[in-house]
Amino acid sequence: MSDEPLLRLRGVARHYGHGDSLVRALDGIDLDVPRGAFLSFMGPSGSGKSTALNTLGCLDVPTAGSYRFRGVEVTTLGPKERALLRRHWMGFVFQGFNLLPRSTALENVELPLGYRGLPVRERRERALQALEDVGLGGRSHHRPDELSGGQQQRVAIARALVVAPDLLLADEPTGNLDTATSLEVMELLTRLHADRGITVVMVTHEDDMAAFGQRIVRFRDGRIEADEAVAGAGGAA
Amino acid sequence: MRLWLDALRLAITQLARNASRTALTSLGVLIGVAAVIAMVGLGQGATAAIEQDLSSLGVNLLFVEAGVRRGPRASLPAEPLDLADADAIGRQVRHVEAVAPVVAAEAQAAFGGRTWDTGLQGTTAAWLGVLGRELAAGRVFTDAEDRGGAPVCVLGPTVVEEVLGTADPLGAELRLGALTCTVIGVLTPEGENTFGMDQDDLVLLPIRAVQRRVVGSTAVSQILVSADDPEHMSAVARDVDALMRQRRHVTSDSAVDFSVRDTRELAEMLGSITTVLTTFLAAVAGVSLLVGGIGIMNIMLVSVTERTREIGIRLAVGALPSDVRLQFLVEAAVLAVFGGVLGVIVGIGGTAIGATVLEVPVVVDPRIVLLSVGFSAMVGVVFGWWPASRAARMEPMEALRHL
Repeated sequence: MSDEPLLRLRGVARHYGHGDSLVRALDGIDLDVPRGAFLSFMGPSGSGKSTALNTLGCLDVPTAGSYRFRGVEVTTLGPKERALLRRHWMGFVFQGFNLLPRSTALENVELPLGYRGLPVRERRERALQALEDVGLGGRSHHRPDELSGGQQQRVAIARALVVAPDLLLADEPTGNLDTATSLEVMELLTRLHADRGITVVMVTHEDDMAAFGQRIVRFRDGRIEADEAVAGAGGAA
Repeated sequence: MRLWLDALRLAITQLARNASRTALTSLGVLIGVAAVIAMVGLGQGATAAIEQDLSSLGVNLLFVEAGVRRGPRASLPAEPLDLADADAIGRQVRHVEAVAPVVAAEAQAAFGGRTWDTGLQGTTAAWLGVLGRELAAGRVFTDAEDRGGAPVCVLGPTVVEEVLGTADPLGAELRLGALTCTVIGVLTPEGENTFGMDQDDLVLLPIRAVQRRVVGSTAVSQILVSADDPEHMSAVARDVDALMRQRRHVTSDSAVDFSVRDTRELAEMLGSITTVLTTFLAAVAGVSLLVGGIGIMNIMLVSVTERTREIGIRLAVGALPSDVRLQFLVEAAVLAVFGGVLGVIVGIGGTAIGATVLEVPVVVDPRIVLLSVGFSAMVGVVFGWWPASRAARMEPMEALRHL
């Protein structure tokens, strides 16, 4: 495992439908993501960047090819094993935040800890700490509709990070936010990446946001068109 | 364990959020469980009431009737009993305390322009002692009146009230159909029996008077026999049976054309009728529990669809498909048990009210209560299984895209 990257994709394809209506969302991609990297997936809509991210997060299963996560072949796993991988190693941040609307910020952050079987008190402590870490210590009992978009996304980041994942997957995390808030969220992600060494893969269509990462992978028509280091980024892979 | 507690807490939170939906959905189970408990409770109450009534008749009473009994109701016609049978039992069977032959008839009682339809009981003076009835006033027929079929009668209090009103009953001349008789006595009131029959609405006459002047035959419909001691009951029953076989020339068991029963047998027979009725009513009530279960399934399917996005979020943050299934199963079970527990309360209340109206004792069988709650939990799990499995089978990405 020492010489194998955290993520290794070989010839990964994801096809939907069949015959004339066949959609090649991913059409054979090879990608290595070393531990501690910060990647941005870019490309026009329909280029396959979101499908690639979902595949990395085991939310979607390739129709062909090999995907190894921490040295484990994921493509042959069932729904339960994939859910266990997500539970133990992965955190997600979505464009639409995807918070439970009728639960408080604290309850939303506690959610993944519950599935890990932590005692209620420890859940509460860790969730409060995670909210503190994203600067929302005073908002723990607010419901999502009582928070601004940026605050909601920070709750979502706290929920992703509270389990200390190896991999953080972010699907257009700033897509619903204004520029100032977007920058705040990106600074938060960058700081968490730097402080905790979490591997981050982010989908974005904004160059400004992609520039926070170390590498930009450009998708077109289900293939990787370019894979380049961000100028000036330290520690690029 | 923690998993279950979490699921339980989640289910309660979720059900509390949709309070009116929860209430309406559990109403189906509530009605089902309440109906089962009330039906079974009232059935058992009725059985207990019958047993009480019959035991008040006395434990040392036998009924001899002509006819071949086939089950509780069917009876084939047979040579009727007569007064000689009653005499023979009185004279030949040991440990017999009293024998009262009875012939029953219907008649209209009339006095001073007032009429009342009532039942005539042609019998002897022994009837009072055998059934434990007493006189409030006057006297019962003498032996001479008995044998001669004299036109004298003893009235139940209801007949006195309805026909004679405030007139002095003793010595009154009462018309009973074609027969005119002199009132010589009045019974003490006894009230209604289990079936709501007024035991005071009757006129006692010497049996021969009824045979000759009302029914026009020498048949006796029933012979009541009391033993001198409850311990001698089985011996008396056996001897009466043997005597009647001899008198009726019965040679084999299959040709027996009469019956000798005691109050316990009567209780069992009536008890079996109420048991059949109770089972039937409980089964009908059980169907409503089933309908309640379908209501739960329906609302759980709606809930799963509504919460597709929530399911997607949960799967994304680490829920296993089995966690999702457990969540919805527990929710369905809590819904059903909630209805079940309320149903028990309503059912017991209903039993109490029904028992008061029907004048039967309140009987609540704890086994039926446990069974109903357990069954409602099962209904929740069974009818929650399909919706919960649908939730568990969702693909996380598709669920997250759901609006």
